[in-house]
Amino acid sequence: MLSLLAQTAPGEFLDGLKAIGAGLGYGLAAVGPGVGIGIVVGNAISSMARQPESAGMVRTTMFLGIAFTEALALIGFVVFILLLP
Amino acid sequence: MSILALEFPPVSHLFDWPTIWFDGTPLAVNKTVLIYLAATAATVVLFGLAGRPRESLVPVGVQHVAESGVNFIENSVVMQTIGPDGKKFMPFLTSMFFFILFSNITEVVPFIQFPANSRMAIPITLALVVWVIYNVVGVKSQGPFGYLKNSLFPPGVPKVLYIIVTPIELVSTFVVRPFSLAIRLWANMVAGHLLLVTFAILSATLWEFFYVPAALPFVMLILMTAFEILVSFLQAFIFTILTAVYIGGSMHPEH
Repeated sequence: MLSLLAQTAPGEFLDGLKAIGAGLGYGLAAVGPGVGIGIVVGNAISSMARQPESAGMVRTTMFLGIAFTEALALIGFVVFILLLP
Repeated sequence: MSILALEFPPVSHLFDWPTIWFDGTPLAVNKTVLIYLAATAATVVLFGLAGRPRESLVPVGVQHVAESGVNFIENSVVMQTIGPDGKKFMPFLTSMFFFILFSNITEVVPFIQFPANSRMAIPITLALVVWVIYNVVGVKSQGPFGYLKNSLFPPGVPKVLYIIVTPIELVSTFVVRPFSLAIRLWANMVAGHLLLVTFAILSATLWEFFYVPAALPFVMLILMTAFEILVSFLQAFIFTILTAVYIGGSMHPEH
């Protein structure tokens, strides 16, 4: 392992670490919003099924909730692009 | 960079376009600027044509499209978030919705295939315009002290918690809001463009080597194109509805 590390140029090694960090960072940032959007949409669907007459209002609020939840994943995506070597 | 013998262009190549006219001046024009000019022209032409005086009362053609757009913004954005007294913001919200939609939809238009909003300049400008508007509306309808009090000290919170709540509200209302609005639109468009580019490159490379497996990423490309039409509509809608929510929040404070 150490001899392998010694063979690679320092720049390449850093690039590799950056790529790993970017991938891990985006993956971790997508976990929470994924669960969150699932909860938002699931509850919106069940309330639409219970009260179809309020579907319009529920849909508007659902998009709002998705937009706020999704922001975290998108910030993770931005960091991913910034970190790419 | 090269992944598994597949030449993927660096990210900057997908979003940087060479200058076409007026090189070196502040008014330099490239593909992004052209798309924005076309989107502005399309919005102006759509409502200019629809607003012509005419004899028949039944809307047909362009007028029908424009009127259903106005109805859509009125029923599912303004009435749901601001209420009847938000109708004076209808022209602003409708034109902003159609401008964003037209500059997003170029993502899937053949031979253009670039969402202009995947460059940060116009999204952040629109978001700053929105920031100015909702602050001015708040100050006008509640007075400067009432607006600050209602946005920094939300009612119904125990007094002790204001130590935590007030700094959070300060940052989230006056600093983070415009940036999250701009980043949401921009990052969605960047992600969509990258997705389409990835599948297009994949199918082109596979087509060069062996023909049949190229069908897999190509089908995916078509599905993603349909998905991106949805996304570009949805992002224009979300930008508009969040603007309406912010304006509504500063017009009618929570009680």
